[in-house]
Amino acid sequence: MRFIDEYRDQALAQQYVERIKQITTREWTLMEICGGQTHTIVKYGIESLLPETINLVHGPGCPVCVTPLEMIDKAIAIASKSDVIFTSFGDMLRVPGSTQDLLSVKAAGGDIRMVYSPLDAVKIAQQNPSKTVVFFAVGFETTAPANALSVWQAKQSGVRNYSILCSHVLVPPAIEAILSSSSNRVQGFLAAGHVCAVMGYEEYLPLAEKYRVPIVVTGFEPLDILHGTYMAIKQLEEGRVEVENQYSRAVRREGNIPAQKLMRQVFEVTDRHWRGIGEIPSSGFRLRDEFSDFDAEKVFADVATITVQESPDCIAGLVLQGLRKPYECSVFGTKCTPEHPLGAPMVSTEGACAAYIRYKHVPSASAAGGRA
Amino acid sequence: MNTQAPTDIASGLVCPVPLQQYPSVLLAHGSGGKLTQQLIEQLFLPAFRNDLLSPLHDGAVVTINGVRLAFSTDSYVINPIFFPGGDIGELAINGTVNDLAMCGARPLYLSSAMIIEEGFPMEDLARVVRSMQAAAHCAGIQLVTGDTKVVDRGKGDKIFISTSGIGVVPDGIHISPEAARPGDVIIVNGPIAVHGIAIMSVREGLEFETQIESDTAPLNSLVETMLAASDKIHVMRDPTRGGVASALNEIARSAQIGISLVEERIPIPDEVRGACEILGFDPLYVANEGKLLAFVERDQAEKVLQAMRQHPLGTEATIIGEVVDAHAGSVVMKTSIGGSRIVDMLAGEQLPRIC
Repeated sequence: MRFIDEYRDQALAQQYVERIKQITTREWTLMEICGGQTHTIVKYGIESLLPETINLVHGPGCPVCVTPLEMIDKAIAIASKSDVIFTSFGDMLRVPGSTQDLLSVKAAGGDIRMVYSPLDAVKIAQQNPSKTVVFFAVGFETTAPANALSVWQAKQSGVRNYSILCSHVLVPPAIEAILSSSSNRVQGFLAAGHVCAVMGYEEYLPLAEKYRVPIVVTGFEPLDILHGTYMAIKQLEEGRVEVENQYSRAVRREGNIPAQKLMRQVFEVTDRHWRGIGEIPSSGFRLRDEFSDFDAEKVFADVATITVQESPDCIAGLVLQGLRKPYECSVFGTKCTPEHPLGAPMVSTEGACAAYIRYKHVPSASAAGGRA
Repeated sequence: MNTQAPTDIASGLVCPVPLQQYPSVLLAHGSGGKLTQQLIEQLFLPAFRNDLLSPLHDGAVVTINGVRLAFSTDSYVINPIFFPGGDIGELAINGTVNDLAMCGARPLYLSSAMIIEEGFPMEDLARVVRSMQAAAHCAGIQLVTGDTKVVDRGKGDKIFISTSGIGVVPDGIHISPEAARPGDVIIVNGPIAVHGIAIMSVREGLEFETQIESDTAPLNSLVETMLAASDKIHVMRDPTRGGVASALNEIARSAQIGISLVEERIPIPDEVRGACEILGFDPLYVANEGKLLAFVERDQAEKVLQAMRQHPLGTEATIIGEVVDAHAGSVVMKTSIGGSRIVDMLAGEQLPRIC
């Protein structure tokens, strides 16, 4: 398949692996930010190809994982109401709140629909004027423009029965939270290509400078990851600290200006709680006051009071910073499983703990005919 | 006779997720993945356990007066009922025919029970019945008994069909999931994930334009061709719900063998791959109809492949992997870039990812 197979070529992958091996002289710890990248790494067995001295830490860039428990419980409370049609991206439906998940609400009779675009949710609102339609607006800068557009469009076309439950998060503050931790051991970042396609990468320059870490804007195909890893290792080995763009076929330095403009029109920056990590200042979006009619937390004022304590057993914050391996957690695989996760990285298949649960029995690569 | 005490239902819990943690049934309990497995292992199997049921094959093989009969049942609740390349009626015939064929049986007779929702258009019902008639003719079986129920509007979803079937297993044929052994190669008769994507393309909220049509087909004549070519076919399985990944995991667990797949060798049409990329699905977990996986002794593989390729449903038959001594109970795949990963069972329904 064109434009896909080129980025999954085994011979080229081997060449990158060889180059990486050639230039690596010591241990390095890199973090890929985005859950989509983690997915590629796990799906293609990239860690099994890299030298053992390169440690990939799976970062907090999975919107499913980091959406706070409290927000899931609010979603569940809203979705359980009889006059509500609750819409969401597919994989949020399985994320457990403190007692149940959205799929259980659906099983109990809630009208919960999976959509591919928030604009479909606006369409559902137009088709069901007697119902209140709520869209679960989660995600990073990648999903924010479309979610902003849905609100903007609903306002323009006078759709009064549409609102969003907004739990948007932003990447750079999370990187800064990790880097500023005294126990940080991440030495270089693969920045999330699709986030940068929207935002550009100028906002990463001061981070690289201040914390002396290479940041490589990286795509999502296996060769992208290997190429990005090569670029980051090369910088580290040469003692350079730069923001480089591996994903130049999609990312421009300034990003997508019209999308940024729309986001700024609809959203403003706010403090945000990250599941498993805690509060990070200025790390999210909320709706601006002029769009408060479309804010589900205001439409359903009763959910605003919902507060939840996360499990004290979960060491997600340490895992996401690469300070602990998932299996070093006391509840790993026992009280905390993919079916009943206590913390963020066990939630999505992209999360580090879930990945370790699924792949912990990975046999030696030779038995699988793997490592070439 | 097996008289299990009721407490066995609770004491038989081996999985980290006890059944009691689900106060009600979720869709994922019917997805063919882990939760379905749990339901079977923790509720159904303890209640009904016997030597014929326990292998959890697509059908049971019972011996009556020296004649081995394969017996199987399945329900069809597909939405939408008419889809590109087929409909619920055709599926209801082919599905049960195929379950029998996967036991190595020659399917003979089917029953059909219909649960119809009040208000269902008579014209649609006639269309479904005509298509069942054509499928039965094509598979060479007879529908010999049936039942009809109508439920209140809103209490069903248009039409549900349940079919059961019996067939005769010829002498010398012994096919079952536990028969897989190291050295077997794994053959698939053609491109995978086609049916699931065809259904997805017309499902509400997901509609996308595509030429992809369901691959639903009766596999009994292909199976006959294969069995005529070699008596060293150990396992056959049609990877329907849950896809190739779930079917292979079930076999790996049941036979306690390791399965090694080679990603590059798994045939997936470009259109299906494209749709999976866009939707965030893994084709290994997408449903198939009209596809089978066969575990064949290595030195017979070429003979079986040649025979399959002469058959219209096997022209693209190919080897996708093998049975190995290592990693018993699990499926490991060599990925297209040369890495390796475990191909697990699906934890719930396959849901589109955000990122």
